[in-house]
Amino acid sequence: MPSQEFCLSPRECKPALFWTLLGVGGLVMLGTLASFFYLEHHGHVMTGMDNQIVWGLPHVFAVFLIVAASGVLNVASIGSVFGKKMYKARAPLSGLLAIAMLAGGLAVLVLDLGRPERLIVAMTHYNFKSIFALNMIFYNGFFAIVGLYLLTLMDRRLNPWSKPVGLLAFLWRLALTTATGSIFGFLVARAGYNSALYAPMFIIYSFAYGLAVFIVVQSVMYKWNNIQVDERILTRLKNLLAIFIAASLYFTAVLHLTNMYFAKQWEFERFILLDGGIYPLLFWGGQVFLGGILPLLLIFSQAGRNPATVFAVALLVVLGGHCQMYVTIIGGQAFPLDLFPGYAESSSFYDGVVNGYTPTIWEFLLGIGGIAIAFLITTAAVRVLKFMPQDDFKDIELTAR
Amino acid sequence: MSEQNLNPDNSERRAFLKAGAVVTGAAVAPGVLLFGVAQARAPEEPASDKIRWGMLIDTTKCASGCDDCVRACNTENGLSGATGPQDSQWIRKLNIRHLKSGVETSLPMLCQHCEHPPCVDVCPTGASMKRADGIVLVDRHICIGCRYCMMACPYKARSFVHEPLTDQNPEVPRGKGCVESCTFCVQKVDRGENTTACVEACNAAGHKAMLFGDLNDPQSEIAQAMKTYATTEVRADLRLNTGVRYRGI
Amino acid sequence: MAKVLDNLRAWGLLALFSALFIGPLTVMAGVNKPVLERGKGERCVEDTEFMRRNHMALLKHHRDETMRRGIRTTKHSLKGCVDCHASSKTGSVASTKEDFCMACHVYTGVKLDCWDCHATKPMKLYRPAATPGVAPQRVQQ
Repeated sequence: MPSQEFCLSPRECKPALFWTLLGVGGLVMLGTLASFFYLEHHGHVMTGMDNQIVWGLPHVFAVFLIVAASGVLNVASIGSVFGKKMYKARAPLSGLLAIAMLAGGLAVLVLDLGRPERLIVAMTHYNFKSIFALNMIFYNGFFAIVGLYLLTLMDRRLNPWSKPVGLLAFLWRLALTTATGSIFGFLVARAGYNSALYAPMFIIYSFAYGLAVFIVVQSVMYKWNNIQVDERILTRLKNLLAIFIAASLYFTAVLHLTNMYFAKQWEFERFILLDGGIYPLLFWGGQVFLGGILPLLLIFSQAGRNPATVFAVALLVVLGGHCQMYVTIIGGQAFPLDLFPGYAESSSFYDGVVNGYTPTIWEFLLGIGGIAIAFLITTAAVRVLKFMPQDDFKDIELTAR
Repeated sequence: MSEQNLNPDNSERRAFLKAGAVVTGAAVAPGVLLFGVAQARAPEEPASDKIRWGMLIDTTKCASGCDDCVRACNTENGLSGATGPQDSQWIRKLNIRHLKSGVETSLPMLCQHCEHPPCVDVCPTGASMKRADGIVLVDRHICIGCRYCMMACPYKARSFVHEPLTDQNPEVPRGKGCVESCTFCVQKVDRGENTTACVEACNAAGHKAMLFGDLNDPQSEIAQAMKTYATTEVRADLRLNTGVRYRGI
Repeated sequence: MAKVLDNLRAWGLLALFSALFIGPLTVMAGVNKPVLERGKGERCVEDTEFMRRNHMALLKHHRDETMRRGIRTTKHSLKGCVDCHASSKTGSVASTKEDFCMACHVYTGVKLDCWDCHATKPMKLYRPAATPGVAPQRVQQ
């Protein structure tokens, strides 16, 4: 066994890197907690969020984590549900990441609530017409089902159950991501939302973001254990990522092209795509180019054979995903509500004007706390249990290009 | 009135006036009393769905610089009246200008108290609620401050309280971390005053641009007005059947 | 070496836990029970013993009746409580540790969030914001 800086299995570890990682994550969490207590005491007046931009940077991070969490479970599903052996080896890590990232995303949402001490109220009073309430049920169920799934994967006696539980997990996460997309899709009032397309679009986004996060985490774990990833595995993963990226671009294109067909949506489309300032920049530069076109170009180029390139591509997709969330969540609120089509509106309540948003450090600290939580959970779990994908190379089908 | 007492000629006039007053009083009193009894709800009686509170705003009578309704609302409900990006505004004056013709209109915009409120649909805990008599409220006891209702409202009616408050009006509890909006002055309505601060102020100032009443009562002033004139809902295409209607736009 | 470390760890934990217990002991030794100022009027709407145990249930039930159904009876209303129990010194039920609600709630360590929204002073002591339209001072904490 080559000397390890990190833990390949619970018995063989050098703790230095582990404790450093925990320390870094812990420091970030301290910042998040400090921000949380500060905001809870003084109120959201200390943030950049106001009555016009009600969901800000914390929600960008949180929704990304939640969407990616359900997507990262895909890797396991391809193994358990669709029977591809190479993915089966990756299933435990994928399940762990799903739980960790969902926990991180939800934590940020809860910390940002106006009254976070009422979480118990939220757990006990449900308005079932609200997709938000249904989401809470889906999220909690997700933890339970994926936890169970991990058990079936890692306990030899329960292995036969991994297929049915894996199928349940797969279907559940489809419902969960549909519900997450519908949070926006069900909003009839705003030009930027109000579309049934949000549900499937978020599903496809989750496929792309989840796989990208998985590739990032797997690459880092391999690197820190001085393991070379087999080129066939790499090829499979990057080609799959390419498919998901292309599908995401497709859905985005359909959403905007359809919107541009409706005269009532022209103003909004011009805002998001052309003259909205930061929003077109993040859309074209972040979501479409950095998160879509550049990754595709890199994947299918000669450089795509290099694990470092694939890692960089995955990071780009993650970055593009955050840009997409910013444009969706904040861009949708920045564009003013049109109460009187055909009229220019003005009032003391910021009607009729594009709403500006300047995030403060507090929101940023809250947001990255989600990543920190996911990171801490993953780091601790990987140390304690066998999550490292152990590939049995003769099982990998050689039909991969 | 010792002068009158000394003057015998006035005693007949006084008697006549007294009798007249008594007769008039007897004629009018039952109507006044009945009006009072019929409209004021007993404290132990819950709000009834036989009533639907609504408002009619005549924008032709609404002056562009006037904000009497806004000031009255702020006073009644204990709002600061500040208009920063994080300050609560339950009612505001909206100035609209037709893009082609340039015609300008001014109107108050507030919670429309829809029959099918999107804010009620999306609230995860059910804090955003519609009372039986049509008033849309936020139950701040279970509001968790997620602001989803603010995303959902087509009229931008809701505000989030961004900082700790003190010295609230005991009749209008409001506080940090919860979302709030116009309550149709439910504290006044439940007392039997059957009016709102904004309407009261508009009438007191003589503009008479706003009318509040029971949409379900065919005899009410508002119902009669809505049968007489054409009225519209803002964003009628959303089919929310709002309780607030406008005339002149 | 490992054994020494283990021993050290065990003693360290023991010391830590002991320290955690010693702190509260000083408090348990002598804190006075809360003294509540007598409310106005002859008696409360319910017996004292009943109120001590059940005021939270009464308030919770009544708040839903009022909020969701619009029932405005005054017997169990929070405003009714405040009217009688507001301190004669501060005029409030929750502004200092000696006021009616806070006296017991500080003693028991049960945090209240009623007063985040509800006024702590009776209606007759309420003065609306001096000039609507003028931004007030930000609340100092």
